[in-house]
Amino acid sequence: MSLAHKRPELDRYAREIQQIAANAGLDFFETRFEVVDFDTMQQIAAYGGFPQRYPHWRFGMEYEKLRKQHVYGLGKIYELVINNDPCYAYLVADNMETDQKLVMAHVFAHCDFFKNNYWFSKTNRKMMDEMANHATRIRRHVDRYGFETVEKFIDVCYTLDNLIDPYSPFMQRKSRPEGEQIKATEERQVEKDVVKYQAKPYMERWINPPAQQRQQRKELLTEREKRRRLFPDSPMRDVLLFMLEHAPLEDWEADVLAIIREEAYYFAPQGQTKIMNEGWATFWHSRLMTTKILNDDEIITYADHHSGTVHMPPGQINPYKIGVELFRDIEDRWNKGRFGKEYEECSSMEEARKWDKKLNLGREKIFEVRRIHNDVTFIDEFLTPEFVERFKMYHYRYDPSTRRMVVVNRDFNKIKQQLLFMLTNHMQPYIYVVDGNYANRGELYLAHKHTGIDLDIKYCVETLKNVQRIWRRPVHMQAVINDEMVLFSFDGEQSQQQKVHGDLPKPAHQV
Amino acid sequence: MALKIEKDHQRFRQIVKGKIRDDLRKFLTRGELLGREGQKTISIPIRGIELPHFRYGDNNDGGVGAGDGKAGDPVDSQDGGKGAAGTDPGRHILEVEVSLDELAEILGDQLKLPRIQPKGKHTITSEKDRYSGIRSTGPNSLRHFKRTFRAAMRRQLMSGLYDPDKPIIIPMRTDMRFRSWKTVKKPQSNAVICYMMDVSGSMGDEQKELVRLEAFWIDTWLRKNYEGIDSRYIVHDVRAAEVDRQTFFRIREDGGTKISSAFHVCRQILESNYSPSEWNVYIFHFSDGDNSSESDSRECCKIMQEHLLPYINLFGYCQVASAYGSGNFINVIHEYMDKHENVITSRVNTKDDIYDSLKTFFGKGK
Repeated sequence: MSLAHKRPELDRYAREIQQIAANAGLDFFETRFEVVDFDTMQQIAAYGGFPQRYPHWRFGMEYEKLRKQHVYGLGKIYELVINNDPCYAYLVADNMETDQKLVMAHVFAHCDFFKNNYWFSKTNRKMMDEMANHATRIRRHVDRYGFETVEKFIDVCYTLDNLIDPYSPFMQRKSRPEGEQIKATEERQVEKDVVKYQAKPYMERWINPPAQQRQQRKELLTEREKRRRLFPDSPMRDVLLFMLEHAPLEDWEADVLAIIREEAYYFAPQGQTKIMNEGWATFWHSRLMTTKILNDDEIITYADHHSGTVHMPPGQINPYKIGVELFRDIEDRWNKGRFGKEYEECSSMEEARKWDKKLNLGREKIFEVRRIHNDVTFIDEFLTPEFVERFKMYHYRYDPSTRRMVVVNRDFNKIKQQLLFMLTNHMQPYIYVVDGNYANRGELYLAHKHTGIDLDIKYCVETLKNVQRIWRRPVHMQAVINDEMVLFSFDGEQSQQQKVHGDLPKPAHQV
Repeated sequence: MALKIEKDHQRFRQIVKGKIRDDLRKFLTRGELLGREGQKTISIPIRGIELPHFRYGDNNDGGVGAGDGKAGDPVDSQDGGKGAAGTDPGRHILEVEVSLDELAEILGDQLKLPRIQPKGKHTITSEKDRYSGIRSTGPNSLRHFKRTFRAAMRRQLMSGLYDPDKPIIIPMRTDMRFRSWKTVKKPQSNAVICYMMDVSGSMGDEQKELVRLEAFWIDTWLRKNYEGIDSRYIVHDVRAAEVDRQTFFRIREDGGTKISSAFHVCRQILESNYSPSEWNVYIFHFSDGDNSSESDSRECCKIMQEHLLPYINLFGYCQVASAYGSGNFINVIHEYMDKHENVITSRVNTKDDIYDSLKTFFGKGK
């Protein structure tokens, strides 16, 4: 039943707020609100926002967690919106009207973000249907191969769902020429690389002796041949794709793995733009609510709930808060012209404090920012020392002597570096396939690119077992642990861990 | 909206139970469960259900926060605030709620305990009201809104009063529907458990902890098997007295030991309250096995053999290890009462023995 029939007053608000948001410059897909009861909301949240998912117990676990969180008063879900065209958003039936308005304003900004942010541009906008298709496909496999078989395989795939390359949808790969063509191109290429001195035709034989040329040609060709046999031809971050293409999977298994991978790619931009997306939505709900939407008698309730949303307890980063404040800061700076060479070179603090060129470029700027950035580039570009100081940000670290997290310093560079590190790859380790035919034995060699933090050993050993279950041949993971290069291996029966030493065969690539 | 999460939720619960089952031996030794005694459900932490991922270890470089404080000050991280559902993987250990009934089920399954066959002729019946029907009269508090609405809507549709543009449903007296109940008689088997514990000087805190745990699981299992359970608690040193549950588990006494005193009290309680034809009787005695004299030990056997063993389901004697004393009482029981098949003894030296002890006590399905 549509919102208009079920809750005419909410439908009216939705239309009004939609108009207000559009007038403010937000540009969104058609947005459909559903009113659900509280329990349904939790169920949908457990399914990642979708009313239909394939059957799996971890959704049940998520549901149990959410329910418990609510029972213990640790959190309540106010809004949920799906990146889809049309966008779907859910309202909890018995929330206060003020909250419903707040959620609606928030939702329209999210939808604008989904539609316009570059990092979402490659996501499937018919994901609602796609998820339902996935559910159907998996149910079909369940019917054919048995519930537990399929469930067990989903477990295996799911443990690997962070082994994707969120940047790969944006890469243009040249399709590789095949067979004869490779040979022809390579021969041409080699011809170019052969060292040839300029010579008059009658001197040619002596300046570029044919025997030497032949020798050189041969060497270059073998060199190229060797390189061509590298597999994969460069380290590959989309481990799932590599396995999908090369692991000995049954058709249905490949289908399950493909589903998990597709969903991982769909959700990836949300991890990449958490601060921006929530910041953007909070920015707009607060602006629209306070200037256009609220009645006088709603202002206290609104302020109370809004402050809950942006509350940042000590020691934590609330993406809503950091995000909204950065957008406000950017708007203010671009309105006043506090950017560029001239401003940065201004050495008088007094002058900088009063700096206002009345450029009024703020609004244009924030729309541009929401279009092209993700969290990493957002923080990298717009976090300023003044901002860090204003919000009393600090860098903290584990102190082994007191076994607590303690404040280390308030150094801008360190804070920024730490933030960027935390955001890069969404706190997931970088893992590459570096050799798909290790030691010429068809074994899979993965490597962790160390960026300052070690892998968790226990989880590494456990997860590697799941990689093996898909690859079926022995698998390896190379990682730096306590400053030492270690190789974890699993051959299907035994786990092994050894220091990487000279006697081990080298993998095709290093990362 | 086509949510099917119940199935996923049930499947999750099933996996949780499997996990508890796998770890049951460890689980039986978890003292903190006792703090939740008396509740219908207990929440227990479950390890290793979440699926592993490659992830960073804990030796990380900290993070970024905001607030007051200078270098060296601890960062307080309490949860709070609200927002969207988190998308970050939690690093907390998952806690799930399990009812004691489910726990007992798992216990029975895993220890391969046979279902207890209650004796007696189900002479006692209990009455239970069940809401099982609908009728058109009744008190307002039992009004069935949905059915009422449906009846009214049906009537309005049929009589052409329903206007889809103004969908107002007004129920009349005849549309009202109410829940109705039936009284169901159920045969019921009752049981009484009489716990006796030696609280003499030689029984230390460690020993009592063992007793508490053992008794908790005995209780849980028996409650699974009987509708109505009475528990009685007796403590003794040279004299015995009935106490309440709280006291039983917390009391500290001193002095010598005369086990027969407890058996006397037990006999009195049973004889005056629980007719053997109607009640399933369980007697458990926990002791370090150090009795004051041989003659008293023989006295114990006599009371048991003449007045108790003929009527009861089970006499379980559980001997906990103690640094003091001879621990001889278990031998006495073996010597004089071995031929009675409703006498079962077990030794519990450490928490790890509880698993086997429970299996010993209930393995015969008494």
